[in-house]
Amino acid sequence: MIELRTEGLVHVYREGGVRALDGVDLRIGPGERVAIVGQNGSGKSTLVRHLNGLLRPTEGRVLVGGDEASGLTVAALARRVGLVFQDPDRQVFSGSVKREVEFGPRNLGRSGRELDAAVRGALEATGLTGDEATNPYDLGVARRKLLALASVLAMSTPVLVLDEPTTGQDARGTDRIRDLVAGIAAEGRTVVAITHDMRFAAEAFERIVVMRRGRIVADGPPRDVFGRTSWETLASTYLEPPLAAVVGDRLGLGSTPTEDDLVNALRRRSGASA
Amino acid sequence: MTLTLRGVGYRYPGTSRAAIDEVDLELRDGEVVGLVGPSEAGKSTLCLVVSGLAPRTVGGRIRGTIALDGEDVDAWPMHRMAERVGIGFQNPATQLSQVTGTVFEEIAFGPMNLGLPRDEVLARTHEALATLRIEELAERDPLRLSGGQQQLVAIAGLLAMRPAHLVLDEPTAQLDPAGTRLVGDAIAALAAGGASILLAEQKTDLVASVASRVVVLAEGRVALEGPTDEILADPRLEELGVPPPSAVRLRRAVTAAGLDAAVLEGALR
Repeated sequence: MIELRTEGLVHVYREGGVRALDGVDLRIGPGERVAIVGQNGSGKSTLVRHLNGLLRPTEGRVLVGGDEASGLTVAALARRVGLVFQDPDRQVFSGSVKREVEFGPRNLGRSGRELDAAVRGALEATGLTGDEATNPYDLGVARRKLLALASVLAMSTPVLVLDEPTTGQDARGTDRIRDLVAGIAAEGRTVVAITHDMRFAAEAFERIVVMRRGRIVADGPPRDVFGRTSWETLASTYLEPPLAAVVGDRLGLGSTPTEDDLVNALRRRSGASA
Repeated sequence: MTLTLRGVGYRYPGTSRAAIDEVDLELRDGEVVGLVGPSEAGKSTLCLVVSGLAPRTVGGRIRGTIALDGEDVDAWPMHRMAERVGIGFQNPATQLSQVTGTVFEEIAFGPMNLGLPRDEVLARTHEALATLRIEELAERDPLRLSGGQQQLVAIAGLLAMRPAHLVLDEPTAQLDPAGTRLVGDAIAALAAGGASILLAEQKTDLVASVASRVVVLAEGRVALEGPTDEILADPRLEELGVPPPSAVRLRRAVTAAGLDAAVLEGALR
């Protein structure tokens, strides 16, 4: 299990000269569940692309498991950090679901029973068991997204990075992804996810990193980041806390970032008054 | 302007199963209808059918009747449909023209193709940029924006066309909450101007804020239909795999804990 670290990370895109990252210092410990939030164009996707070497720093450095990412080969990084894109069609290319999911672990040198187990586990976690022979393009876009996730899951990397995993998912798909995040973290693996869904962020992650114009403007547990004192910071990057947090605050219950927090706070209050 | 579907079914080329079947739908002037349903329920297919792209461009076989203001559109060519019904796709990359160098040109591209006078094209382009608050992107290359920014540009392009009917397939999929709200405001403004809008969305909070009616699709058929508040609070919604809006979820969670949900009401508004 490995640590991720960025130090003074700056990224300027050559075309247009956009300064997408403007000095990011971030340390993510092994097994952490971290959600990265922020408005469109705040640098979230740019940041995570540095974690698996798709982008190289303009300034500063990125350390993956103690080694500088720019000194590692793409193959070596791929063993440590699995990245699932927002758009599955940038990623999916095989003729069948099974071959798609096998591709990653095969490239890492897995075979035989070990390969079968990796594929089976990934298909099960994403609800694609039974679709092994299906052509990926016969799946709807939501399930194709789950397939992209399965193909990275099967590589059993110590770090998993998900770019907008719940986008376009229905209620079942979102529940599945929430369970999956919990399961990966329970194995001691790290999950970093970019999301615009504040409820998902509050429920599935223990730490919320808020980005604005290429910088981190807030970083802490959901209770702090979605608590009253942070609302102004959230608003500065056009975010709002989840409804449960707003309602809890209006009812004078303190910080209640999730529905469970709100229900528990209401219970405590009604118990205290009874 | 009314768009009507009667008993509409559609099969993609090379498939034996209908992707949607027996769909009745009416979109009236100034009305926003929310289209929700689990993945693969047929929402995107219905969007293609309503816009006329299926079967005209996509191929496949259609049955039933689609009418615009009482006139059967069956024999209409695609360009005639496109003048009346606009469509916005989930993935903005498929929507952008790929031939323009700046966001401004991209948004002006549609109205220019309508043959509108130059001043009108410029006015509409500025207005669309302002509505979605993307003026600062005007000189950027549309292909070098983030996914969410591209989505706003694609929607701005649709706004500038001022279509009488608009079909939007998950227009906010890649948008942050602020972008989602801007799109919601833009939809409401278009409807207030008389356009009728079919909005396919997973985000039921957005549907709750702009739609007057909701249609729930499941396995290609209409499973539920009615006024927004009623349908989005229907317990069957979750069984069908549609996430209820946040407020409905909170009320339910509080009730399930044996508490009185009335305590929430003041705080939910």
